[in-house]
Amino acid sequence: MMSSFQPAILALSDGTIFRGRALGYYGEATGEVVFNTAMTGYQEILTDPSYYGQMVVMTCPHIGNYGIAEDDAESRRAWAGGFILKEATKQPSNWRATHSLHDYLIEHRIVGIEGIDTRALTRHLRDHGSQNGIISHLESDPAVLVEKAKLVPPIIDRDLVSDVTCPEPYYWKEGTGTWTIEPQTFASPIKPRASAYQIAVVDFGVKQNILRLLVDAGCDVTVVPATTSAENIRAMNPDGIVLSNGPGDPQGVRHAVPEIQKLIGWRPILGICLGHQILGIALNLQTYKLPFGHHGANHPVMDLRTQKVEITSQNHNFAVGASEDCIRTDGTPVTLSTPFGPFQITHASLNDDCIEGMTGVDVPVLSFQYHPEASPGPHDSSYLFHQFTQLMDTTHAM
Amino acid sequence: MPKREDFHRIMLIGSGPIVIGQACEFDYSGTQACKALKEEGYFIILLNSNPATVMTDPELADRTYVEPITIEVVERIFERERPDALLPTMGGQTALNITVELHQKGILQKYGIQLIGASFEAINKAEDREAFKCAMQRIGLVTPESQRIRSRDEAGGAIKLVGFPAIVRPSFTLGGAGGNIAYNQEEFDSFVDWALTISPVGEALIERSLIGWKEFELEVMRDRKDNVVIVCPIENVDAMGIHTGDSITVAPAMTLTDKEYQQMRDAAIRIIREIGVDTGGSNIQFGVDPQTGEQVVIEMNPRVSRSSALASKATGFPIAKIAAKLAVGYTLDEIPNDITQVTKASFEPTIDYVVLKIPRFAFEKFDGANPTLTTHMKSVGETMALGRTFQEALQKAIRSLEIDRCGLVSLWKLDGHMNAHPPQTELVEPIRQAICHPHPDRLWHLADGFRAGLSLEDISTFTHIDPWFLAQIQELVQFEADVASHKNGVIADDSSLVPSRLPYTLIAEAKERGFSDERLGQLLGCSDTALRTWRKTQSEDANQGMVTYARVDTCAAEFEAMTPYLYSTYGQACEAQPTSKKKVVILGGGPNRIGQGIEFDYCCVHAALALRELEVETIMVNCNPETVSTDYDISDRLYFEPLTEEDVLNIIEKERPFGVVVQFGGQTPLKLALPLYRAGVPILGTSPDSIDRAEDRERFSELIIKLGLMQPKNGTARSEKEARDIAHSIGYPVIVRPSYVLGGRAMQIMYDEPTLIQYIETKIRLSPQHPLLIDQYLMDAIEVDVDAISDGDQTIVAGIMQHVENAGIHSGDSACSLPPYSLDALVIQCIQQSTIALAQELQVVGLMNVQFAVQQGTVYVLEVNPRGSRTIPFVSKAIGTPLAKVAMKIMLGKSLSELGISQPETFNHMAVKEAVFPFSKLGSPDVLLGPEMRSTGEVMGIDRDFGWAFAKSQAAAGMALPCEGTILLSVKDRDKPAAADLAYRLRRLGFQLQATSGTATYLREHGCEVTTVNKVKEGRPHIVDHIKNQQVHLVINTIGTALSEEDSAPIRRESLYAGISYFTTMQGAWAAVLGIEATLCHSLTVQTLQEYHPA
Repeated sequence: MMSSFQPAILALSDGTIFRGRALGYYGEATGEVVFNTAMTGYQEILTDPSYYGQMVVMTCPHIGNYGIAEDDAESRRAWAGGFILKEATKQPSNWRATHSLHDYLIEHRIVGIEGIDTRALTRHLRDHGSQNGIISHLESDPAVLVEKAKLVPPIIDRDLVSDVTCPEPYYWKEGTGTWTIEPQTFASPIKPRASAYQIAVVDFGVKQNILRLLVDAGCDVTVVPATTSAENIRAMNPDGIVLSNGPGDPQGVRHAVPEIQKLIGWRPILGICLGHQILGIALNLQTYKLPFGHHGANHPVMDLRTQKVEITSQNHNFAVGASEDCIRTDGTPVTLSTPFGPFQITHASLNDDCIEGMTGVDVPVLSFQYHPEASPGPHDSSYLFHQFTQLMDTTHAM
Repeated sequence: MPKREDFHRIMLIGSGPIVIGQACEFDYSGTQACKALKEEGYFIILLNSNPATVMTDPELADRTYVEPITIEVVERIFERERPDALLPTMGGQTALNITVELHQKGILQKYGIQLIGASFEAINKAEDREAFKCAMQRIGLVTPESQRIRSRDEAGGAIKLVGFPAIVRPSFTLGGAGGNIAYNQEEFDSFVDWALTISPVGEALIERSLIGWKEFELEVMRDRKDNVVIVCPIENVDAMGIHTGDSITVAPAMTLTDKEYQQMRDAAIRIIREIGVDTGGSNIQFGVDPQTGEQVVIEMNPRVSRSSALASKATGFPIAKIAAKLAVGYTLDEIPNDITQVTKASFEPTIDYVVLKIPRFAFEKFDGANPTLTTHMKSVGETMALGRTFQEALQKAIRSLEIDRCGLVSLWKLDGHMNAHPPQTELVEPIRQAICHPHPDRLWHLADGFRAGLSLEDISTFTHIDPWFLAQIQELVQFEADVASHKNGVIADDSSLVPSRLPYTLIAEAKERGFSDERLGQLLGCSDTALRTWRKTQSEDANQGMVTYARVDTCAAEFEAMTPYLYSTYGQACEAQPTSKKKVVILGGGPNRIGQGIEFDYCCVHAALALRELEVETIMVNCNPETVSTDYDISDRLYFEPLTEEDVLNIIEKERPFGVVVQFGGQTPLKLALPLYRAGVPILGTSPDSIDRAEDRERFSELIIKLGLMQPKNGTARSEKEARDIAHSIGYPVIVRPSYVLGGRAMQIMYDEPTLIQYIETKIRLSPQHPLLIDQYLMDAIEVDVDAISDGDQTIVAGIMQHVENAGIHSGDSACSLPPYSLDALVIQCIQQSTIALAQELQVVGLMNVQFAVQQGTVYVLEVNPRGSRTIPFVSKAIGTPLAKVAMKIMLGKSLSELGISQPETFNHMAVKEAVFPFSKLGSPDVLLGPEMRSTGEVMGIDRDFGWAFAKSQAAAGMALPCEGTILLSVKDRDKPAAADLAYRLRRLGFQLQATSGTATYLREHGCEVTTVNKVKEGRPHIVDHIKNQQVHLVINTIGTALSEEDSAPIRRESLYAGISYFTTMQGAWAAVLGIEATLCHSLTVQTLQEYHPA
């Protein structure tokens, strides 16, 4: 019952206060507060390195129902800076569950808060934009906490990638296994290939399902640190390069830009989320911060060439910019001019016309703002990994 | 893609009368479809036999046929209207089945009509279980092992394959009708026979039972560009083995990981593509093994459904409306999301609340019916509640049910306990039994299980209910015990005070958990009003625990909701944002039940439409997800809330309306009239005092005397002796009913003293606190129903309906004719004058319904209801005046003359209403009609003469009159002279006659050729054998004593099951003869409501 719980406070930098109950690791945590509207997949969200530096509000009211299962992790640890819930389930129920959410949060030192009117908080963030906040189990004076929240460094221009990237290169062998995702949308027949594609994944905070789906698509995957030079990647002689997702502002990862510029056109590149944004900067395009980002598993994205819609998993606060008239002009896809030749805008958000995908006309580059690897979320876009292998095939043929 | 221009005239078929498994959700979907297609400029031709639907309002379609949904009628309409396309997916199984038949008979092809929404191939692949199984195998999905059978022999082979327990499912029935779980050979054999009988194609499926698996449903939409979205995953709280319509269900799914859910989503998308539903929605059901996560596909409905209505209300995503737009060629990305207005329908709703549906049952009305829940649906309605948590939604849903339970009340006197001390060991076993057995009360027994000390693990093992749900119930029970522990602080015996040391934070938390003040009052031993008053002062101080309203917005607040579709919760921010306009609150009817269904929803919708015409803001309050009234675009503001005093007062305090309307939603809002009035809420229309004058037995008698009218002799008995004396002085037979029940519950006719004594001893509690009401039963009287409308000065008698059955049969169950088909002018005049006098005396403002009985020219007043009645939609459609709309305008001060409404002229047509019954679904041992209402729905037959109108009403009710064959008569002595006339007429029409010995002798004596058949007790072959062998085509069976009632029960039951028309009154039989004569004289014609009532 409520009375047996430790009180906790969430304070936002604009002075808004929410009172709730302590959850997870005992202490205090700060970060940018963002909301995620997915109804399933809290474990995947907690373990997604892209949430590093952010505290996640789940809009779904019951979280923790099915506990924590080993297979469902997206990285080796939980990264979210804090977890904000309406209600956490105490006793999970699922045949695969090994831990309860609460225990898992303690184990991974994630400070949480529950008993929050997450709908009121979400509406606040929607209307006033995402902002920094603090969860505290220790301090009972809201004014003190608001001051602390104001001192949290802004996410703009910060390099969060260096904290989440792998220290050393490593091989990845595991596919999706039991949880195989068969591409069912837009699938062209997958041609078996004699030898595996050699892929270098630049780890800006990669989700493991990207690696698993690459393996499923017939790739030998090597993950390399975010700071790996173009020279070193060339030395690996991969068939293709993946620029992974990751946390924060792409402007904070400028060091990767010149390296990417050296790789564009050399071998096929697949950019995902932060990888897409850094690629955008490498193409001399602007990036900008969205008011409260896209975080959820129900985002409609239109393929502007086929006019078909995919329901996608999304998690981004920043986006690659373009003038408003670039979207959906009756079947003639808009192209952007870049130092590497024209880039076609291939995908756009149906909700706010944000650029969600682009592809090089003269150079073999596929780039997506959303998450074709899903996890959590729908599998509508998993075919893109096969499109990438096809791109490697055709590039080889050239 | 642009809308299709290759067709212009679209035909839609509705689902016909309300039956178990097919309720007003199809009015909701059909109404949405009509509106959506008309908006696009298509010409709409509609067929539905159910007059109580909003969709059959003449404004909705261009051509509205209220005619039987039969092949002959459809073909006649095709001939007249030449539609280009038929949309078969909006009218439930009825529309789908007739579409299959139209295709198979080549009728669609003959008229060049294309199917839109779903092709014949897709319908067939989804509906034919064998084809479905093969299709699933092709796409690598698993279905439960099964085998199709057409005979008992084949069944023997099938059971060897699947083993026990096995599910027996008849093909092509709705609501899983006829489906059962067999645990042994004996059960299996009888279920197989039953299934082969009930299946329209004489076919059944024997299927491996997945009892105990978790059950999920996905609502899937697809457009012609092959975009697919899942509207909502729904999880059944009750495990597999209970029909989903009878299960408590919850959205979103609670116990699936993302990996499991996405696997299911992938499967659903593969299925809709494989089955080939090109555009529109489908419902797909899955079973999941809780031990291994294995998923199997149970079934798919290639159409909108009860679940799609639920998913629409649960998410704010209007599936039927969008399915209609997809059917004419739009794609999801082209259709706006009405709620956000800035996004598109091409997305998947996400919800930040919990939605719970609980079915509502009516077993108490069917003596001997089996209340065990199984694979065929038995519930008659449902209620939905929204809360921010499961617990809140659950408690709101419970009180929405209106079964006099304000929460998880104990059925074992264990309220306030947790792991009872001292342990109630003697209760553990009976509670365990009650929990093991799935039935309507199980939810409450679960709570008692925890109270008595059963463990969560045990309860989960007994019930297969997922521990997550049980833990929620356990927490509520524990919390109740915490609250009850403060009971001792109550100041002695004064329930108007709350406990003195009650911590406010506990009560604030209770409100967040969805507790009603009434339940808290029970636990604390104080009154709900005392608690409410105290709570309010405290909440202002604490700035906590105040009711707030949140919006259903499809997107978990990511975008602003422009549509005020609201539910209450105890949160930090309120999104109600009431306006300062002039506004009126309409209280809806709550869950469908017998006696209160779609008719009242129709009235509420009309009230809303009338207010819109008057530019008054409308606020709808209701909790029934099947209805049109809870469509968010019917009213300006929709509160999806329980209809209890507390919940309604909260809304009124927030909205501060100009007035509240209680006349239209049936008993539910009427019960609230007085409490709301006392709380100072302005009630529009007839005053609560007038309502009381009509409802209170003594005040009513005074009224009748004052007006010089007649009523049957009556009395109130407070003991058995008194009952016997009163019955004796009135004279048998008498009609009796307990005073403490509503809606004709336990109302029966007593033919003699022994039956009366037996009734008192076995059926009711009789005491000074619970008296018995006894009325004279007017033998062979004709009952007449009148709907009138009054503005306080002028009264118009809108419709006089003559019942076909005798007085004594509940008016809701009796067929009736408008205008009367055999009353003489003087009687009609007397009825009109009495009605006007009653309306003037009661100062009726709005609608009024009066029931009369006419016995040998004398007119008796049986009852007066100063409110919208069940027959309002029927009368409105028969006379061409939307009475509920007019009444709403009158309540806002318009006069009848201002509105241009005058006494209806005589018509050139007759309209007959007939009732439909759920007997076969509930396995009811008898089907005899009586004073207690038992029908679930109604149909209307309309034609130039009574005979055809009656024949149509019978065909629409699924009991078409025969035009040749054998007719069986078995009548009571008093009816024999009449039977002789009737027999003579039937012989002349070419029918063969059979009769039981007494009747046969009499008929022969009167010169009628007839074959004698054995009664059941007289040896075989007997009457029931003939019925079972389909050697009889119509049964006329009247009874005069309790004994003959019992003896003849198998005749009626078997006729029903064999689909043979039967009549239990001579009046009904006469009507049938008139119907048969008419159909033999001239052929079927069809006509639209627009033609009957030219504007």
